[in-house]
Amino acid sequence: MRIGVPRESLSGETRVAVAPDTVKTLLKQGFSVVIEAGAGVLASFPDAHYEAIGATVGTRDEVWASPIVVKLHAPRALDDVGETHEADLLQTGSTLISFLYPAQNAPLVERLAKRGVTVLAMDQVPRISRAQKLDALSSMANIAGYRAVLEAASHYGSFFTGQVTAAGRTHPAKVLIIGAGVAGLAAVGAARGLGAIVRAFDTRSAAREQVQSLGAEFLEITIQESGDGQGGYAKEMSSEFIAAEMALFRTQAREVDVVITTALIPGRPAPKLWLADMVALMKPGSVIVDLAARQGGNCELTVPGEVVVRHGVTIIGHHDLATRLPGTASQLYGNNVAHLLDDMGKAAGFHIDESDVVVRGALVLNQGELRYPPPPLPSPVAAKPTPAPRKVEPPVEKSAQEHRHEIAARKETPRRSFIYEAIAMILLAIWVYMKVTMDGSINPATRDFLNHATVFVLACFVGWQVVWNVAPALHTPLMSVTNAISGIIIVGGMLQAKGALFEPATLLGGLAVLLATINIAGGFVVTERMLRMFRR
Amino acid sequence: MEHLLLSVAYITSAILFILSLRGLSSQVSARQGNLYGVAGMIIALVATTLTDAVQVYSILALGIGGGSVLGIVLARRVAMTAMPELVALLHSFVGAAAVLVGIASYLGDQGDHSRTILLVEIGIDVFIGSITFTGSIVAYLKLKGSLSGRALLLPARHVLNLTLVFTCVAFMVPFVKADGTSGLWALLGVTALASVLGVHLVAAIGGGDMPVVVSMLNSYSGWTASAAGFMLSNDLLIITGALVGSSGAILSAIMCKAMNRSIWSVIFGGFGNTPPAGSGAATVIEGSMQEISLDATVDALLAAREVVVVPGYGMAVARAQHAVHEMTRLLGARKTRVRFAIHPVAGRLPGHMNVLLAEANVPYDLVLEMDEINEDLSKTDVVLVLGANDIVNPSAETDPSSPIAGMPVLRVWNAALTVVSKRGKSAGYAGVDNPLFYMDKTRMLFGDARERMEALVAALRSRITE
Repeated sequence: MRIGVPRESLSGETRVAVAPDTVKTLLKQGFSVVIEAGAGVLASFPDAHYEAIGATVGTRDEVWASPIVVKLHAPRALDDVGETHEADLLQTGSTLISFLYPAQNAPLVERLAKRGVTVLAMDQVPRISRAQKLDALSSMANIAGYRAVLEAASHYGSFFTGQVTAAGRTHPAKVLIIGAGVAGLAAVGAARGLGAIVRAFDTRSAAREQVQSLGAEFLEITIQESGDGQGGYAKEMSSEFIAAEMALFRTQAREVDVVITTALIPGRPAPKLWLADMVALMKPGSVIVDLAARQGGNCELTVPGEVVVRHGVTIIGHHDLATRLPGTASQLYGNNVAHLLDDMGKAAGFHIDESDVVVRGALVLNQGELRYPPPPLPSPVAAKPTPAPRKVEPPVEKSAQEHRHEIAARKETPRRSFIYEAIAMILLAIWVYMKVTMDGSINPATRDFLNHATVFVLACFVGWQVVWNVAPALHTPLMSVTNAISGIIIVGGMLQAKGALFEPATLLGGLAVLLATINIAGGFVVTERMLRMFRR
Repeated sequence: MEHLLLSVAYITSAILFILSLRGLSSQVSARQGNLYGVAGMIIALVATTLTDAVQVYSILALGIGGGSVLGIVLARRVAMTAMPELVALLHSFVGAAAVLVGIASYLGDQGDHSRTILLVEIGIDVFIGSITFTGSIVAYLKLKGSLSGRALLLPARHVLNLTLVFTCVAFMVPFVKADGTSGLWALLGVTALASVLGVHLVAAIGGGDMPVVVSMLNSYSGWTASAAGFMLSNDLLIITGALVGSSGAILSAIMCKAMNRSIWSVIFGGFGNTPPAGSGAATVIEGSMQEISLDATVDALLAAREVVVVPGYGMAVARAQHAVHEMTRLLGARKTRVRFAIHPVAGRLPGHMNVLLAEANVPYDLVLEMDEINEDLSKTDVVLVLGANDIVNPSAETDPSSPIAGMPVLRVWNAALTVVSKRGKSAGYAGVDNPLFYMDKTRMLFGDARERMEALVAALRSRITE
């Protein structure tokens, strides 16, 4: 089965969908590969390299006529008038694998449907752990994050690392990275590698561990928690939170030399996080790299696609960062595609299996029949991979739902066991049985005692259940509150105050009331005092 | 007040108490939990006052009025460092109240119950109440420092305990058989013997076990209330007492687990001093302690990226927590990550260190528990041990003959540098020598913790602004 790899027709594109290394993999999978002449030149892969490995070099038409066409960009018109279109070069029944963004490119999808082809969009691969190896968006984000640091360094007029030289000491650059998704983490790693002091910010607390594992500082917003605090992400993004976030950024603006923003929300314009006044607060000579430039930019002053200087600060709005590392980008993209083809049965068993969630997610057209959008995944949360350093992970934004699930999972205590409930139920059953069968037949005092014993045992179980979940930090307050509550013995004292004032029983009861009240008042007040001190 | 209405009030207040304990399980809901407790108590008091059984309001007003004032003043005045003493003292009040209620209900008994069960219940109530009372007093004195923290180990202490218990049981026989109130002498006998038992039980518990003792006494005070509930046929007392009792028992169990010790050895005492003879000589510690100057400490802290502070009772005693917080803030502003490692039994009360650090405004998410941070200690540049000793003692892991063998400890010796701030060269509360102090990577910073920390903060501040 032949795979065709066309030359990318978009001007400025340096990458190629398949690098020579990937050709090896594809050949091993049983495919043959035909590559358009000159396709890899800009990525420094001359045709001879491909040929040396076992691919054939062909013309444009030969390549597009292959049963499988692998490409980076979606097919596009080859001339201004739109008469020649790459989509029209595809054979009916063939399969196209490329970035497609079907939601934004409806007319193109329609055009491809008319050709009766099968289309797999690399940008639609579901973000589940099994599909990580074919997640091309993550591959590109990783490269963009790395390259962003290099862009920043080349525009920044000083060392990134601090040095003590014979001529004197230089201070390390301070780099702030906003959004610790795939690109953000790659940027953290690259900036750390250059010796800078790196800070990262993300609204997801799960990012903290990943950021710290790369040796950077994780910035957090300290706002007074109100309510039950389990609302997680959704609640944190309140206006109160945004205000705190902006305040944090303003403080940071005065300190940092380089800012790299990576906050993207799929299908929506990028959130404006770095406002004009923050740019003005920065030291002259500082650099901002806006990885969200294509979606309008996280920085208010970003000009997409350009490098501008505002308030003495260089703002880089390139949206082709991945193409600036064409070698790695081509290789990783090709590998992602090879993993996809591997999942689809290699050359011998190549087929579209719609029951495979990964294939189903990427599938836009099957033999010209529209299959987009795919049905929602059965359980996106369960499929979330465990966070590990550098493991490229879901995008910057995560759904509030997912976040809440994480919090809920953490709160769950494994201690709870139904055994206790079962025992309690049995006791209750015994009690009811005794009530029904023995009432009147046994001594009333014994019956009273049995009733009380039942209440006692049940209360013990309730206490047992309730207290296991207490956080160790709260042991002292818990103790002092239970201490106050055990002052309930006061009721016993009060019940003695029934005779004449100077009877011994009454006096002793009164004294008990006094002691118990000290306990109650003291216990509650001291608990309140302690609890008021706990804060985030 | 009608019986039905009273039941409803009691059930409401029992539920509020349950909600109160539940609320205390997390920082977010804790204050609300406390308010539930107050509400439950007020409902219980009002409902009881309105019953027909209560007739002498003057004495109630006097008791409740006086008690509230005393309690609030006590609670407002107490320093956070003195919290363990206060809690222990308050426990003793519950015990004393229970004993008084027991005796009073014996004296005021109208004879309308079946005598035998009632009398046995009175006996049990007085027995537990007395143990709680005197045990708490001893714990209070030990925590306050008026009594030595060392365990008092009488030669045949288990025999003594058993004798005391059996004599109490023996006293119960004439007490139950006596007519009217003529058995009072026997009841007072039980009171006296149980009081001695309480003193002895707690006196035999030494050193690092104090937090467990306090929570055991907490548990006893609950059982006392429950016993009083049986005696007075009052379900609210039974329920509330059981709640408190089981909560205290769980806390004790959690802490015993943290110390790798059986709960029985804590209840019956005998831990905290050198193990019985014949278990072989403790490992001889070689080498000498290396001192470190204040300036060198500052250098180390400024060069560090990861700092962990291990607070112990010494920090509490010296009230150094505010200076510690200031140091955390200064270093934090320089992007040094400073965290706190809390051993489950650090201090003299469970959660004691958390309360003190909270008092000094240290954010609670910087304060980690032993299990959360032990792994990270090997990646830490500087560990600052502040007045802690037994909880950082490596012989718990290496020396099977050590009295604290098997207790999980903070492995501070894995850090690149460990600075131990300590008043002098004496051993810890458990009376065990600590090989950590003699290790190559350990430096000693002698002196009063607060004074040292304040000097450290001043030096840090001047160095940072330079």
